[in-house]
Amino acid sequence: MSKLQREVEGGGPSIEYIEEMASRLRYHIVRMVGKAGSGHPGGSLSSADIVAALYFGGVLRVDPRNPLWSERDRFVLSKGHAAPLLYAALAEMGFFPVDVLLTLRKLGSSLQGHPDCRKVAGVEVSTGSLGQGLSLAVGMALAGKLDKKDYKVWALLGDGECQEGQVWEAAMSAAHYKLDNLRVVVDHNGLQIDGPVKKVMSVEPIVDKFSAFGWETVSVDGHDVRELLEAYRRPVAGKPLAIVAETVKGKGVGFMEGVAAWHGKAPKGEELDRALQEVSVHEKAEERGQ
Amino acid sequence: MRAARDAYGEVLVELGKENENIVVLDADLSSSTKTAVFAKAFPERFFNMGIAEANMMGVAAGLASAGKVPFASTFAVFATGRVYDQIRQSIAYAGFNVKIVATHGGLTVGPDGATHQALEDIALMRVLPGMTVIVPSDAEETKQAVRASVDHMGPVYIRLGREAVPDVFPAGAVFEIGKGNMVRPDVSREQVIAAPPYTLKFDVSFIACGVMVKECLDAASILESEGIKAAVAGFASIKPFDADLCLALARQSRLIVAAEEHSVIGGLGGAVCECLAENHPARVLRIGVNDRFGESGSARELLAAYGLTGSSIAEKVMAALR
Repeated sequence: MSKLQREVEGGGPSIEYIEEMASRLRYHIVRMVGKAGSGHPGGSLSSADIVAALYFGGVLRVDPRNPLWSERDRFVLSKGHAAPLLYAALAEMGFFPVDVLLTLRKLGSSLQGHPDCRKVAGVEVSTGSLGQGLSLAVGMALAGKLDKKDYKVWALLGDGECQEGQVWEAAMSAAHYKLDNLRVVVDHNGLQIDGPVKKVMSVEPIVDKFSAFGWETVSVDGHDVRELLEAYRRPVAGKPLAIVAETVKGKGVGFMEGVAAWHGKAPKGEELDRALQEVSVHEKAEERGQ
Repeated sequence: MRAARDAYGEVLVELGKENENIVVLDADLSSSTKTAVFAKAFPERFFNMGIAEANMMGVAAGLASAGKVPFASTFAVFATGRVYDQIRQSIAYAGFNVKIVATHGGLTVGPDGATHQALEDIALMRVLPGMTVIVPSDAEETKQAVRASVDHMGPVYIRLGREAVPDVFPAGAVFEIGKGNMVRPDVSREQVIAAPPYTLKFDVSFIACGVMVKECLDAASILESEGIKAAVAGFASIKPFDADLCLALARQSRLIVAAEEHSVIGGLGGAVCECLAENHPARVLRIGVNDRFGESGSARELLAAYGLTGSSIAEKVMAALR
């Protein structure tokens, strides 16, 4: 961590640092899901760069020493099954010790299979039943406007999740109330449990849908940190912003990439070893050095 | 005679003046739920979410997470069954401080018919961990219950009716979450609990909520004229349930009657049976809707057709005691 922080240049964290953190998050995800023996690696890995750029790119204003700070930015993981990713980011930020990560999904652990805001500092709301997070984010954004606070509210949605009607109820209300303090990132990895989103129930054209609902929209490469940061910093006025991030499900683990079967399955045995090898170059070196 | 929902609109405005964190949401029924009164007084703190109840519940949860005290209102059918998952996942599991105040509960919705008559809402809300469930009997109890819900940290469901109802809440009585009230005879809850077993010698004790408190009072008058001694308790607080008063009444009575404008399954009658079966097995008669949907008709016609009027209840009690 300290080694990486030394690489931070000038005004904000360097691209290299953010990419480094993204690969560190991927390493945690694979280890956690492997140890738990169950979980959702595919959609956690596809969102890793999105979340790394938010938390480690100097975008999200949060304070691990004061998780309920009233001025904090809010992050809602609407695709709650990507919990391992959120937990990894929170641990690396310092909300709780990194070694807690390996208790994921175990009896008595604060790290439930899907995020529980009553158990984990830094988790804003409890999610897991898809389609509900954007409504929660709209409520937070409305409260921010009422209280004349300048915090921003971020929600990360899956593309398959956009099949839920409530997402569009929420999208409609966000534009109606002109919530320009609200940002949505859609992890557009194109896969859901039963197969390609286009085949199961197409949500296309997703960018046009948000535009039609009165949102400012932008489409980016969800694995290009530079593009993500640019989109995150895009100024908007009078409208919420939807960032549709093109991603690859399972990104970072070759045999998981673009395979729907890895949505909710833990790698075991040799597969786990291979996956860990692919995501753990730096960590292995660090561990050997200790 | 006053509709509980009118009292709701009124107390919301009072609370709005006292507490600037109170915000109100509605789903295009504000003139029926009476949240429109609040909207007029505090337009900046009122959010009409349109005909989109699922989003309304999630937005209420988000507002609560930022320290607001949101009241979310619509008809009871839409405020519970339609959004059960949103209440379960986004509100109750997170323990958010959302007050769901539903109007148009029960059969007495009337001519709109079964689609608009919530007969399962108490059961649905009662089963959620951490949810407080309140069904006030009249305008005064409604005002007190709404106030009590603000002082309570956590999710609350309050069910109100559509029709104007007579005042039955005893003058000077205080509504408390988790406590019932004696409405008849003129004896306090504490006196009933303190009385040695079988000394008050009630033939029948009614445990009722909502509009059924009035019907049970009517039944008690009829029974009294037949020489049958009847007590009536208002159990507006269905969850937490007043087990102390329920058990005390069972120890004073030959028969317990649970009455609600709701399915006999899973509501107040369910709570009474659970409490007594586990602690003091007693004879219970459940008055409610017998596992069926409602239909169109006037409120009075429907209560009569479904056996929920005072005279019908009195007949059932006499048959049970014979």
